[in-house]
Amino acid sequence: MKSDLLFDFTVDKTSKTVYITREFDAELSLVWDAYTKQEILDQWWAPKPWRSKTKVMNFEVGGRRFYAMVSPEGQERWSVQKYTSITPKSNFKFLNAFADEDENPQLPGSDWDLSFSEQNGTTKVRVAIYNESLERLERMIEMGFKEGFTMTLNGLEKLLASLSER
Amino acid sequence: MRRDIFQAIADPTRRAIIALIAMQAMTPNAIADNFDTTRQSISKHLRILTECELIRQEQQGREIYYSLEIEKMKEVDEWLNQFRKIWETRYNQLDDLLLTIKNQKK
Repeated sequence: MKSDLLFDFTVDKTSKTVYITREFDAELSLVWDAYTKQEILDQWWAPKPWRSKTKVMNFEVGGRRFYAMVSPEGQERWSVQKYTSITPKSNFKFLNAFADEDENPQLPGSDWDLSFSEQNGTTKVRVAIYNESLERLERMIEMGFKEGFTMTLNGLEKLLASLSER
Repeated sequence: MRRDIFQAIADPTRRAIIALIAMQAMTPNAIADNFDTTRQSISKHLRILTECELIRQEQQGREIYYSLEIEKMKEVDEWLNQFRKIWETRYNQLDDLLLTIKNQKK
């Protein structure tokens, strides 16, 4: 990674959304393909030593990607991503849910929104992940612990309220 | 085998259990009442969380209560870093791959 390429990871408390923004030293069409073509996606999506295994992928609105993250020991964690919106080479959205190996999703999942833009040969990708389910908990873990967890726990609501006031 | 915390909190039900007992110590039955799953399944989650020392059991009269290990939970701070690291690793892999593809095209 070139050191001047942006990498930003933020958690927005009020919108319950995680944002991951990253620049790539490549033209937009190539980066777009890397996110939307199964054969490329499987080569980078899983952080090594895990690997990504896509069983089904129809990149179209209403279509889906059904894939597994496979551990070095061979353990498979399946997820299904249903494409809800596609604007070619600009944006796509999907609903992500963990699933069993028979593709039964554990709903509700999370909403993903991926935006692509290019400037001077550098492509910026912004991923926004919105979590509806277990929001209090996600917030507690993603925000509470992020900022330290030293206060007395006399109520999660209180904790969350105080965190959001900061 | 000692389990790692990341594995423990990677599961949404276990994270929900943590959030519940963060508010107050609870019995296994009271915890299970909050979920649509079996009491047995909740027991399994509680065992894993206990093994990770994220929660502890306390006998009060005839009942066992589970409460949060606050000190240990601070380590969960690492969880966010793990999440961030996953994206860093993933994207570093993509950098390499993009470079490879670009070179192939030349």
